[in-house]
Amino acid sequence: MEGRSTVITTRKDQVSKINKMSSKRKPIKDIYIIIISLVLIMLIWEIFGRQINPIFASYPTAIFFAFFDLMEGGTLVTAFGQSVQPLAVGYLLAAVVGIPIGLLIGRYRIVESAINIYVIAGYATPLVALIPLFVLWFGLGFGVKVAIVFTLTIFPIIINTTDGVKAVPKTMIEVGTAFVASQSAIMRKIIIPATIPHIMTGLRLGVGKAVIAMVIAEFFTSISGLGGIIINSGNNFDTAKMFVPVIILMILGVGLTALVGKLESIVAPWQDKMTKKHE
Amino acid sequence: MANEKVHVRQISKEFIVSSKGIEDRITALQDVSFSVQEGEIIALTGTSGCGKTTMLRIIMGLENQSSGIVEVGGKQVTGPGYDRGMIFQHAELLPWRTALENVEFGLEVKGVSPQERREAAKYYLELVGLKDAMNHRPTQLSGGMKQRVGIARALAIDPDVLLMDEPFGALDAQTRETLQDELLKIHEQTKKTIIFVTHDLDEAVLLADKVVVMFPDPGRIHEIVDINIQRPRNDVIAIKGSDEFNQKRYYIWKALKTAASSTVGV
Ligand SMILES: Nc1ncnc2c1ncn2[C@@H]1O[C@H](COP(=O)(O)OP(=O)(O)O)[C@@H](O)[C@H]1O
Ligand SMILES: [Mg+2]
Repeated sequence: MEGRSTVITTRKDQVSKINKMSSKRKPIKDIYIIIISLVLIMLIWEIFGRQINPIFASYPTAIFFAFFDLMEGGTLVTAFGQSVQPLAVGYLLAAVVGIPIGLLIGRYRIVESAINIYVIAGYATPLVALIPLFVLWFGLGFGVKVAIVFTLTIFPIIINTTDGVKAVPKTMIEVGTAFVASQSAIMRKIIIPATIPHIMTGLRLGVGKAVIAMVIAEFFTSISGLGGIIINSGNNFDTAKMFVPVIILMILGVGLTALVGKLESIVAPWQDKMTKKHE
Repeated sequence: MANEKVHVRQISKEFIVSSKGIEDRITALQDVSFSVQEGEIIALTGTSGCGKTTMLRIIMGLENQSSGIVEVGGKQVTGPGYDRGMIFQHAELLPWRTALENVEFGLEVKGVSPQERREAAKYYLELVGLKDAMNHRPTQLSGGMKQRVGIARALAIDPDVLLMDEPFGALDAQTRETLQDELLKIHEQTKKTIIFVTHDLDEAVLLADKVVVMFPDPGRIHEIVDINIQRPRNDVIAIKGSDEFNQKRYYIWKALKTAASSTVGV
C-alpha cells in the first residue's frame, strides 16, 4: 500500500512545498520528553515494585543487580551468543530465500498459482504448533532454533515482497518494455528497486517475528540462551533475574528494527523523500 | 525528404472485455490507415476513447493489432524496438534514478558501455536544457522538467521515430507552451519523425504537418488535415496570428464538434 501511494504522489509537483512543512518538529524536544517519560516510569515501577512480593514482580534496581550477577560468571554473554547466532542465521536465511520467492510470486502468475496457497497457509497457521515435529527432525541444538526462526520469519518477508511487486505500476514496467528490456532487466532495473520499500517492511516485521521465534525455540527445545535463563529463573522464583533477558530481548528487538530502518535509508535513499510527503 | 517512414495499413483493434461473465467487444480502431514521411510531425487528435493511445501503442509494439500492418522504415512492427522511442504522458521516470541515470536507462538496457552512455545522456540532457539538474531525482523536478527528461531518455537511444502520448497534457499552460517551442527546436536539430497525441488543437496545428482527426465508436479516421505552415516554425506569435493556423484550427474544431454533438443524441 505504501509503495502504491508513493508512486502516485511522485506525479504531483508540490514536493518542495510539502517537504518544507514536514520538518517543523523539533527533535531535541522529543528526546527530553522521552527521557522524562522513561525516568518517571522507572520511578513508579521502583516504588510499586518494592511493595510487591519479589516472586510476583521485580523492580529496576533489583533487575540491575541481577544483571551484574549474570554478567559475573559469563552466563549472560554465553546465553546471548547461544541466542543470537541461530537468530542471525535463521533470519538471514529467511531473507535470502524469502525475497526471491516473493519476487517470483508477485511477477509470474504461474508461480503464484503454484505456491501462493502454501505461503498464505504458512502465514496463517500458528507454526509454533509444529515445534514438536521440528524437534524430531532437527534435534535439540542449533539446527532446530534456526529452523524455527526461519519458518516464522520467512512468511511476512515473502508476503510483503509479493505485495510490493504487485504494487509496481504497470506503466513503470511498460517503460522497460518500450526500451526493449529483457525479463531479467525489467526485474533487476525496475521491479526490484521499486519493491525495495516493501521488502524492507517485510524485513522489519521479520525482526520481531524472529526474536519471538528464537525465545519460543529456547523454551521448547534445549532450554538454553536467553530464553533458557527466563525459564530457569522462573522455575527458581528468581523474578529479577528473569527480567534481565526480557529487557535484553526488548533492546535487541528495538535495536535490530532500527538497524533495518537505517539500512532502508541507505539502500533506498529516494524513498525517504517520498514517504515524508505523507506526513 | 519524400521518404515514407511510418506506414499504418488498415489497422483494426478489438478489445474483448468480460464483466460478470458477459463478453463484450470494443472496436477501438477500425480500418485505420495513414503514413508519415521522414522528418514529419503528425498529430493524432479526437475525443476521448477514439483510439489514439491504442494506435500509438500498436506503433510502439506495446499492443498487438487485431488486423492490419504497421511498417516503420520498411520493416513490419512485431514488438518494441530501438527505431522507435516512446514518451509517456506522465514522463514515467524511475524515481530511484537521477535525471542523468533516467536518460541512460535505454542505453543501459541496450548494452552501451557506461562511459559512452553517460556521454550520450549528458548530451541529450543539455539538448533539452536540463544540464544543471543532471543529478536531481524526479521528486526534485517540476512536471515540465520531468517531461524534458522523458524526451531526453527517448532521444538518447537515437530512434528514427518519436511517439508521444499527450506529452504536455498534464502541464500548466505556460510550461506547455515552453515545451512546444522546445520540441520545435529539437525537431529542427534532429529531424526526427514524430507522431504525437493531443487534445489541444492549438498544439496540434502549431506543431504538426498533418493532423489526423479521429472519431470514436468505432475509433476511426475522419479526415487527415494538412497544415501548410513553413518550417522552421520559430515565430510562434506570427504563426498563431496567421490565417492558415486559425482556419485549420477552426476547421478541425468544427469537425470534432459535429462528431461530438452527433454522438450525444445516440
Ligand atoms: N486494455 C484495454 N482493454 C479494454 N479496452 C480498452 C483497453 N485499452 C483501450 N480500451 C478501449 O479502447 C477504446 C480506445 O481507447 P484509447 O486508445 O485509450 O482512446 P484515447 O486514447 O483516444 O482516449 C476505449 O473505448 C477504451 O475503453
Ligand atoms: Mg489516450
